[in-house]
Amino acid sequence: MPDVSIAPPPAATRPSAPVATPKSPAPEESPAFDIRGFSLWYGARQALNDVTIKIPARRVTAIIGPSGCGKSTFLRALNRMHEVTPGTRIEGSLKLFGDDLYGPGVDPASVRRRVGMVFQKSNPFPTMSIEENVLVGLRLNGVRDRVFLRERLEESLRLSALWDEVKEHLHRPGVSLSGGQQQRLCIARALAVQPEVLLMDEPCSALDPIATARIEELIQLLREKFTVVIVTHNMQQAARSSDRTAFFYLGRLIEFGDTRNLFTNPSNPQTEAYVSGRFG
Amino acid sequence: MSEADTIAACRPSLRQQKQRRVTSLAVTWLMGASALLVMTPLFLVLYFLIREGASSIDWNFFTQLPKPTGETGGGMANAIVGTLVLLAMGAVIGVPVGVMGGVYLAEYGAETANYWIRFTADVLNGIPSIVWGMVVYAMLVLPFKGFSAYAGGVALGLMMIPLVMRTTEEVLLLVPQSYREAGLALGIARWKIITVIVIKTALKGIITGILVALARVAGETAPLLFTALGNNFWSHNLSQPIAALPLQIFTYAMSASDDWHRQAWAGALVLMLMILSINILVRLLSRGKSAS
Repeated sequence: MPDVSIAPPPAATRPSAPVATPKSPAPEESPAFDIRGFSLWYGARQALNDVTIKIPARRVTAIIGPSGCGKSTFLRALNRMHEVTPGTRIEGSLKLFGDDLYGPGVDPASVRRRVGMVFQKSNPFPTMSIEENVLVGLRLNGVRDRVFLRERLEESLRLSALWDEVKEHLHRPGVSLSGGQQQRLCIARALAVQPEVLLMDEPCSALDPIATARIEELIQLLREKFTVVIVTHNMQQAARSSDRTAFFYLGRLIEFGDTRNLFTNPSNPQTEAYVSGRFG
Repeated sequence: MSEADTIAACRPSLRQQKQRRVTSLAVTWLMGASALLVMTPLFLVLYFLIREGASSIDWNFFTQLPKPTGETGGGMANAIVGTLVLLAMGAVIGVPVGVMGGVYLAEYGAETANYWIRFTADVLNGIPSIVWGMVVYAMLVLPFKGFSAYAGGVALGLMMIPLVMRTTEEVLLLVPQSYREAGLALGIARWKIITVIVIKTALKGIITGILVALARVAGETAPLLFTALGNNFWSHNLSQPIAALPLQIFTYAMSASDDWHRQAWAGALVLMLMILSINILVRLLSRGKSAS
């Protein structure tokens, strides 16, 4: 039953009132990710060192830190994408809504259907139209129901704020769109498989300020239905668009807290030095 | 010394400037002439083939069987069809094995395994075609006690495998890693990503590689000498010898008959045009290749 994680839309993705879902009364009490003592090695090099963090559901969590601090590695570990690199090893536990994502017999593909990802550089498939790009995840996972696909197409494109711009020409190639539109298409593609979490790895770093602003607006809309984790180099972006911020340095989680607090009143001197621009 | 003075001091004298212009012009001409020299053989080949062969190409050439020695007229219909049959059989062996081998190299193979596979493929690419003919002779003709179209097809197919494999690998490696990652992040199985996304993205390049390999083996004579052997009539049984254009050209060119010499020229021209048209097809296909 390959489509178990796709067909029944989880409560979190239903277009319902953003606040009142019985399962998650307050984000503090129901973390999406519960990560304890998590370490990760690339061969002999340790990239993450004993990270313990609870990432809240239906909030935007920003991951900041200087280059090479392990923030991208951390993000990729959240849906096991780091396993694309051969020779990695992990320790510790990483749970999503109580399920151990690294448990024995857990298929990484099923993890990735629950935890979607958007990359730094937009990467719509060049041989596919806009529609095919959005639906590729469902189709290749065996979904054939036309009505359902049609619904997912429109809903995903609406969620990614692209519907009005592309609804007239869904059969044009995905790569015919502008850079910002392509990135929103990639977001739609990730949302189409109805993940519970959306990971974004510096999604705006290749975009101009206007396209960046649109993606940031979009993130604000997405937090009503999804848990969003975003890695960013841009501290204004973290400050503007996230609820929580985690600061990583040299593979360790240095500080994690309310975004406003972390930026205005950091408790760790390293965090203060970084957010005030003294290094990084 | 101001900046302007420095620039002035560095400026070449008029004599130096003139000398540079002359050198530049001379080298440019030399390179142009070399480029022209590269193209000359092709024009020479076409010129002689057309001069000697064009007059012998008529309707009969494409529709009739060769006439027995001594009689004039006849054509190479069976050899043209035979070449197409042999190419088809070669493709049936060479394309799937070559493409799958290339996919293995680009997508699955471990580094050490890949090193040895690539090394083997490169050695195979360098093996003289007559050696292929002899190998297949020992492998298929001797055990089955007879020359056959199968043996010829196998010889061409074996030659195609390393060619197709290396070009397939190269074009697959051109497909950016980010597409594979995007597929993985959607929870799509790896084999589906490779078949539906990666191979589809590189499809033009793969087809180009297949066509280049076909063009390469289409004109091979040596591997067919001990395998397909050639004949002068229509083949209805692939386990019997079959005619092929290069074989027919070879036989006719070696003969004493003027009429056969004439037909050999015509056959060479037709073979040349067939290969040329495959190459033109390749150019047309690879024109919009920058997308991948």
